[in-house]
Amino acid sequence: MIAELGLAILWMAAALAVLQLVAGALALRPQGAAMVGVVRPVAVAQGLMVALAFAALVTLFVTTDLSVKLVAENSHSAKPLIFKIAGTWGNHEGSMLLWVTIMSLAGAFVALVERRLAENTLLATLAAQAFVSLGFYAFLLLASNPFARLAQPAPEGAGLNPLLQDIGLAFHPPTLYVGYVGLSIAFSFAVGALITRDVGPAFARAMRPWVLGAWIFLTVGITAGSYWAYYTLGWGGWWFWDPVENASLMPWLAATALLHSVSVLAARNALRAWTVMLGVVAFSMSMVGTFLVRSGILTSVHAFAVDPARGSFILVLLAIYIGGALLLFGLRAGTVTEGARFAPVSREAALVFNNVMLCGILGIVLMGTLYPLVTEAFGVKVSVGPPYFNPVSAVFALPMVVVMAVGPILRWKDDGARRVAPVMAVPALIALAGTAAALLAGVGVLPALGLGLGGALALASLLPLRGRNLRRTPLPTWGMVVAHFGLAVAMLGMASESAFSIERLAALNPGETRSVGPYTLTLDRIDPVAGPNWTALQASVSARYDGGSAVVLQPQARVFANPPGTRTESALLTRWNGQLYVVLGEEGDDGRWQMRFWWKPFVPLIWLGGLLVGLGGLLALVGRVARDVKRLVAIDKIAFRRERQGR
Amino acid sequence: MSGIKAKHQRLVLVVIALVALIGAGLLAAWALSRQASYFYVPSDLVAHPPEQDRAVRLGGMVERGSIKTMPDGVTINFVVGDGKARVPVRFAGITPDLFVEGSGVVAEGRMEGQTFVADNLLAKHDEKYVPREMKDMTTAQAKAVVAETK
Repeated sequence: MIAELGLAILWMAAALAVLQLVAGALALRPQGAAMVGVVRPVAVAQGLMVALAFAALVTLFVTTDLSVKLVAENSHSAKPLIFKIAGTWGNHEGSMLLWVTIMSLAGAFVALVERRLAENTLLATLAAQAFVSLGFYAFLLLASNPFARLAQPAPEGAGLNPLLQDIGLAFHPPTLYVGYVGLSIAFSFAVGALITRDVGPAFARAMRPWVLGAWIFLTVGITAGSYWAYYTLGWGGWWFWDPVENASLMPWLAATALLHSVSVLAARNALRAWTVMLGVVAFSMSMVGTFLVRSGILTSVHAFAVDPARGSFILVLLAIYIGGALLLFGLRAGTVTEGARFAPVSREAALVFNNVMLCGILGIVLMGTLYPLVTEAFGVKVSVGPPYFNPVSAVFALPMVVVMAVGPILRWKDDGARRVAPVMAVPALIALAGTAAALLAGVGVLPALGLGLGGALALASLLPLRGRNLRRTPLPTWGMVVAHFGLAVAMLGMASESAFSIERLAALNPGETRSVGPYTLTLDRIDPVAGPNWTALQASVSARYDGGSAVVLQPQARVFANPPGTRTESALLTRWNGQLYVVLGEEGDDGRWQMRFWWKPFVPLIWLGGLLVGLGGLLALVGRVARDVKRLVAIDKIAFRRERQGR
Repeated sequence: MSGIKAKHQRLVLVVIALVALIGAGLLAAWALSRQASYFYVPSDLVAHPPEQDRAVRLGGMVERGSIKTMPDGVTINFVVGDGKARVPVRFAGITPDLFVEGSGVVAEGRMEGQTFVADNLLAKHDEKYVPREMKDMTTAQAKAVVAETK
């Protein structure tokens, strides 16, 4: 019953999306004034409907309704509740429903609260949003119905992939999806502004909070995903340049560029066409990512089902939306008048430089990700990994970091290199001395540059605060400082991890001891343990830092029954100056246990930095929205007073 | 102070952006041709050995009875074959759970002399998650391999 209801509601939501598109398009015409009032309520209703459909699917998973195909194939009655709920999106159909839900809710949210944007542009934006949603409704309803029933209810569900049975599943995909799909708002804004030819500072100020919001979620989602991979895969790595990781990095790069160019447009009325272009590109990258992940042309934990028909469907959607938006851009870009000019040494110029660098990195990641698909079409199988991505993206990333250190203290419009040179002397010295010292200590070139430039950026990112009254410093400025500082922190963590990590492999009898970095580790014993739906072998390892008191770590090798599978559960010990990472392997023929240990100095800085970047975004968002709300309240007050006087 | 008088700042910006992006594209293409790691089956690897120290991937079946653990307890030697050729492989580390004799494996690593030194092993994870290179192999070559090693 719930399944049929859910499907019916989903169809109704799709119908409302059609209405939203048609009403929005009609309302743009002079004779369509009657439709103007319809668009916003319809957008809100559409969002509520699809949220109901999603709630229906969650209910089916929580009650483990095995007559529903999706539940039977992906869930199991003996699974902990949190994984029953999270399992709703741990499969293809459910994750696409989550995608559509977030997309429609985002549209509804815009319809509810957006009051800055010119009314015409808003109507066009909501129509564009409905148009994009419709494609994904079609995909859900025609090619991946989550509510399909089985002719015969299954006796028991097939369960969830053990790798996904982790608390990370409850947070990582929804967070990332809000980021991906949030960029659809930027896309629709860009399309809306192209339709009404209204690209200017007011448009940029209206668009900025939405971009910021999506970007914060993307940042946090990527950071969380990286940490999840780090501790669940048991490989000790935090970024693998896996196509799926790249699929999340590319929208982030584009969104970061967009975020900065939209600021230039808002403050200085420059970079008009470029900003609109980035709005289109950012969401296109989200869709390319979805295509890569969902089409089954890549195989990984993230590729749920290999179904070529679905891949083609998404490819067609991709072609329609990206092609259509670029065509519109091509037709209208010429009519977007040129914005204000600026000197080669100015804040705008620094932002333009970094925009171009971000796009360069984006291109490099995109090419590296697609290259194996291209060669495979010619029958040659290759894979592209860190030896390509690390040095090649650094060619663009390192100059970007240099300019990032200088840019925020440059003045808008026109500035002199002579004015900023003395201020930048200390960070420049740190960069040179840090890099040189690291190189002399035998650190590789890239990590050494990372350490030097990371240190320099950490200091330089604080410089915009110098000479300011910290209490009166506006929140968006704080946001910029915190985000840039966070990037420096993350860079230092990455460089330290790659320069100073120590790895030990050992086969140990209980009672034996090994040392790794500053730690002495003793394997005390191996015990069998059991969880709700798994059994495991658990090692107890006493770790002594520098001869201090023992801390016990308990890594596990888990065996899951439904579906059958295994997973290593690493054990981590975090100190202020690094992390100890312990993995339990197999028992050898001679009864010794394989163990893998890492000492990773300052590795938590990577994720701490990522979170700081997200926090910076949040501060900026709160600052912007608070200012908008204040402004709206003031406008309302004036209107109210006028009305009273008029009476 | 101004170079702003340039009449076509927009044009200049577009040109700079294009140059940078084309530069990125060329750099990527050049680096990809040098750094992409090619996938080999044992017979290819024996017939056309890659340069020493170039990162490549080797995929095939782990020959039955070939896995030998070294005295350190963590280094293993085994042989990967495809029915036509055999390549000795050395690996130090914790093997993936489904790494067993007579089953498929993809090894990431490089040739050192006549031995393939693997940094990482990817085994068939379960029915749903198979390394991309192994999908074709298990159908086309695996049967022949299994028949031969029996």
